[in-house]
Formats: sequence, structure tokens, C-alpha cells
Amino acid sequence: MHKILIVAEHDGKNLNPATAKCVTCAHAISGGEITIAVLGADTAAVAAQAAALAHVKSVVRVDRPENAHPLAAAFAPQIVALAADHTHVFGPSTSFGKDLMPRVAALLGVPQVSDLMTVEGSHRFKRPTYAGNAIVTVEADPARKLIATVRVASFEAAPAGGGATVESKSLSVTLPTHTRYVGARSGSTDRPDLQTAARVVSGGRALGSADNFKLLFTLAEKLGAAVGASRAAVDAGYAANEMQVGQTGKIISPEMYIAIGISGAIQHLTGIKDARTIVAINKDAEAPIFEVADVGLVGDLFQIVPEFEKLLAK
Amino acid sequence: MQKIMVCIKRVVDYNVRIRVKPDGSGVMLDGVKMSVNPFDEIALEEALRIKERGTNAEVVAVSIGVADTQQQLRTALAMGADRAILVQTDQPIEPLTAAKTFLAVAKQENPDLVFLGKQAIDDDANQTGQMLAALWERPQATYASKVELDGGKARVTREVDTGLETIEIDLPAVITVDLRLNEPRYVKLPDIMKAKKKPLDVTSMDALGVSPAALLKAVKTEPPSQRQKGVMVKDVGELVDVLKKKGLI
Ligand SMILES: Cc1cc2nc3c(=O)[nH]c(=O)nc-3n(C[C@H](O)[C@H](O)[C@H](O)COP(=O)(O)OP(=O)(O)OC[C@H]3O[C@@H](n4cnc5c(N)ncnc54)[C@H](O)[C@@H]3O)c2cc1C
Ligand SMILES: Nc1ncnc2c1ncn2[C@@H]1O[C@H](COP(=O)(O)O)[C@@H](O)[C@H]1O
Repeated sequence: MHKILIVAEHDGKNLNPATAKCVTCAHAISGGEITIAVLGADTAAVAAQAAALAHVKSVVRVDRPENAHPLAAAFAPQIVALAADHTHVFGPSTSFGKDLMPRVAALLGVPQVSDLMTVEGSHRFKRPTYAGNAIVTVEADPARKLIATVRVASFEAAPAGGGATVESKSLSVTLPTHTRYVGARSGSTDRPDLQTAARVVSGGRALGSADNFKLLFTLAEKLGAAVGASRAAVDAGYAANEMQVGQTGKIISPEMYIAIGISGAIQHLTGIKDARTIVAINKDAEAPIFEVADVGLVGDLFQIVPEFEKLLAK
Repeated sequence: MQKIMVCIKRVVDYNVRIRVKPDGSGVMLDGVKMSVNPFDEIALEEALRIKERGTNAEVVAVSIGVADTQQQLRTALAMGADRAILVQTDQPIEPLTAAKTFLAVAKQENPDLVFLGKQAIDDDANQTGQMLAALWERPQATYASKVELDGGKARVTREVDTGLETIEIDLPAVITVDLRLNEPRYVKLPDIMKAKKKPLDVTSMDALGVSPAALLKAVKTEPPSQRQKGVMVKDVGELVDVLKKKGLI
């Protein structure tokens, strides 16, 4: 039997939806028994949310003050201890999971499979390489523990309706002191979250300034959408780093993605391949974004966006 | 700060349109332009800036790859690295194996800092730096967008999903770099000439005591599924109509 441990991602209050997507991925492994590990300073609330997810058998809590911030160097040895009787350990392909899981894998002396897209068997998966331009089927040795990150855009969140047991564990693991949390700056949180929003409005270099970029915030507000950006827009300082969509930014799968003044470089497209509907607005009819767009409109964004907004208001 | 090690991977240039081999055995590499992984240029640039800020640290570029990887290491030397080490192998190397190899080099070189890219744009694994840090039992600071050194410590600002996070780490440590850390310099012609005289040592996995054997099996490689060609609309009114029909607004 396969025993799959999923490392929960949370902010101390809420379970990140990426965890429920990992559950769906793990559930695709037939005969898998799913445990969620929640590490934090006080994880009661988050553990309850994890226990309510469908398909989850048990939740283990590891509460200690050093776990208040998810430092990979401190989390990894604890995950290794929890993984002792598991065959698989999964984490989300988010900045949290990508930072942590390879450290876990190396401590265990096993390779990691990054960004699982589909489950072909208990040790056989598809994953993207070359910015999503080559999909590789990889097979891992069933005799070893399998460590993986789950490409969250490839899976729906597991529904509620579970009733897992919750157990608190104290681990006798000495944590390193060589890594210390200092602080964080997070972007505005009143807007929908880019990674889970059903609609995303995204802007590129064409916006020309941080001021002009605000046009998109207004449009997004009308649509109830999150706001994303191309690398060029982030590099130029028009948008914050956490808004970058693409190979090296966020990989997202909204119902609707509206790309405005974005050319459609492969590194950008790999981040939006799973969007249900892609809308592109660009003044260049030859822009590569139109090759993947479901709906395209050629024209000047500075005319189109205000007009679009006006029609939406009606 | 005496020595900084920078890992430089030879990868298919980011501008190349990737084509999968019809037999599914991988991607076409014949005659394809190869370059330094873009993140590794940023990693090297950061090391060079630390050196030039007066620390005068020695910057050592290290790569694992085929004999032609010397080209990318020469580029690193032309950018300003002091010397280079090529661990030559014809096998494709997995991140865990790369990390073990870099650990062996780090044990010989004893660097204060090891810089790597956050990911290689061929395998998109995003693993090697974290694995090296684990095996070396040292701190890791991934996705760095700012690095400030302060004696035996570094303060690193990291690009994370929610914004920016700052951590403090003791040296020696591993740092993997993100896009916004710096803008790498262009190589000038005289530097290319100078680079030819800089030392480039070639060693092997065997000499370092690391097995190159793959632990994961790549069963097949295929192109991604293509999206259906969409419709073009002529104005905003039509755009709104189409989106309404699709139930999107
Ligand atoms: C290692 C690496 C990783 C990368 N990772 C990412 C990533 O994660 N995400 C990402 O996005 N990029 C990434 N890139 C960068 C990518 O290659 C492109 O450079 C970038 O996506 C271009 O951004 P853009 O489309 O905004 O700018 P441009 O390519 O300059 O496109 C601007 C577009 O706006 C259009 N335009 C101009 N004016 C108007 C107007 N008034 N109205 C309407 N349209 C107009 C133009 O026709 C053009 O198509 C990466 C690159 C590298 C090397
Ligand atoms: N074969 C290699 N040679 C040199 N550097 C490498 C190699 N493999 C990985 N790296 C380094 O590790 C980083 C992350 O690679 P990866 O984990 O494969 O995404 C790269 O940006 C390089 O700095």
C-alpha cells in the first residue's frame, strides 16, 4: 500500500488551496492513504481545515515556536522524521514547496520529481520541461521513497467532506539555528489571489509605467479578477514581483486570462497554458499571444481598456 | 569573504524553439545554440559584484557537462570569474547527482558562498541549490532578489509567492538567484581574449567519487497538447458579446 504524506502550506490561519490540489494529485494514486503534515507555531485551525478535506485519512500537527515561519532548513529534518513510514512525500509547486522539498529529498538521499502534471502510476508521472515545451514521463524506483512537488495548476482542489483524525506529535529533532527569519513584505491582499482566482487580468511592457498599470487594477476590480504581469512589466517596476506569470513566475489556471500588451513569449505562455479561455489584446496582429488566444482583439490597449470597462459597467 | 563558487550550467539558449524528437527520446539538440543558463549569469554577476565591492574574493565557476561546456565556462571567465572547473561527463546529470558533485567540489574549495541559479531552463527542476545546502548541512536562501553581506552573515531578500521575505543566514551558505537580483554585464572583446589565459581545470565525476548513474528513468518525451485556434474579434463590443456568450462575464 502507498502511504502519501502531504506537507501543508498555510499562513498560520488558513490552509493554502495548493494543499487541497496536492490531495487530488495524491488521490490519483490508487490505493494511496493520505496524511497531511501541518507544521507551525499553533496549527489547530489549519489542521482542522486539512482534516475536512475529502480523501484525507489523517492529519499530524507539529507545533513548536521555531515553526512559526516556514524555513526550509528547519522544516526539512522534521518532514524527514514524519516521512519514516511513508512511501511518498508531496508538497506544492509553490515558492514554499519548491524551497522545502528538494532539501527533504536530499536529506533522504533520494531524487525529487518536480511539478507532477499527471499521475500515470504510483511511481510514474508526467512533468513539464523546457518551459512546458517538452513533457517527460518519468519513472521512479518503487524501492525508494518518492519525493515530488505537485504542479498545482494541473489539479482541482479536493472538495470538503472529509473527516480525518488529527494527532499532535512532538519530534525529537534538533533544528539548525544558522537560518533566521527576519521579515516579509506582502503585496495588497484585498485583491483576489493570483494563483486561485477564476479571472486574471495581466499586463505587459506595453503599459509603460506603474501609473498606467493602474488601468488594469480598475478593470480587474470590475471583473472581480486578480492582476498578473509579464516579466518585462515586473522588471520595469510597473508591477510587483509576486504578480509575475510564467516559467519562472506563477503557473496559473483561471477560467479566463486576459493578456493586455503582452507579446506571448514562451516563458510567459507556459504560465497560462491551463487557462480555460485566453483573451489577448495587442496592437500587433502578429504577436505570438494570438496563436494561443481563444479570443483576440488587435488594437491600442489605451483605447480598448477604458471602452471595455465602460461596456462592463452597463 | 575569500572565495565564492558559482555553478554554471550549459543549456539550450532561451530563444530556441524547442522541438521534441519524433521517437520521443528527448528534444532535438543537434546544431542548437547553447548558452549559460540565464539564472547562472545572474548568479555569477552577483559574485563578481561582491568581489568588486572590495572583498576581492576569488570567484570560481564550476560546471558539470560535456566537453563543449568549456565554451560556457570561458564566457564565465570573460565575465570576470578567476578560474573555472569543468566536471566532464557525457551523461545527463540529475539535480541530486549535480548536488553531490558540487558538494565534493565545495569540500575541496571551501567557499564562503555558493551561488546557483534558481532553476535550469532545460529541466526546470529547481532543486540543485536546495539539495547542495542539505548535503553540505548549510543554510539555503533561494530565489534571492537582494543579498547583503555582514561579516559572517548574509541577509537575503527572497521572491516568494506572497511578495518578498527576508532571512538571515550564517556563512558558508548556498544562495540561489532570481531574475531581479541584478542585470548581468555584457562581455567585452578584450575580456574574451584575457579569459583564454585564465585557468580552466577539467576533472571527472569519478575523480570526485560521485556516480553519474540516473535514479529516475525518462520513459518518453512528447510535445505539449496544442490549444485550439481561437477567434479574432473586430472591436470591444464584439469582444464583450463573445465573452457573454461563453458565460465569462
Ligand atoms: C530565464 C528567463 C525566464 C523568464 N521568465 C519569464 C516569466 O516567468 N514570465 C514572463 O512573462 N516572461 C519571462 N521571461 C521573459 C520573456 O522572454 C519576455 O521577455 C517577456 O515575457 C516579455 O514581456 P512582454 O510581453 O510584456 O513585453 P514585450 O515582449 O515587449 O511585448 C509587449 C507587447 O505589447 C504590445 N503593445 C505595445 N504597445 C501596445 C498598445 N498600446 N496596445 C496594445 N498592445 C501594445 C506589443 O505589440 C508587444 O506584443 C523570461 C526570460 C528568461 C530569459
Ligand atoms: N550540470 C550542471 N552544471 C552546472 N550547474 C548546474 C548543473 N545542474 C544544475 N546546476 C546549477 O543548479 C541550478 C538549478 O538547476 P536545477 O535544479 O536543475 O533547476 C542551475 O541554475 C545551476 O546553477
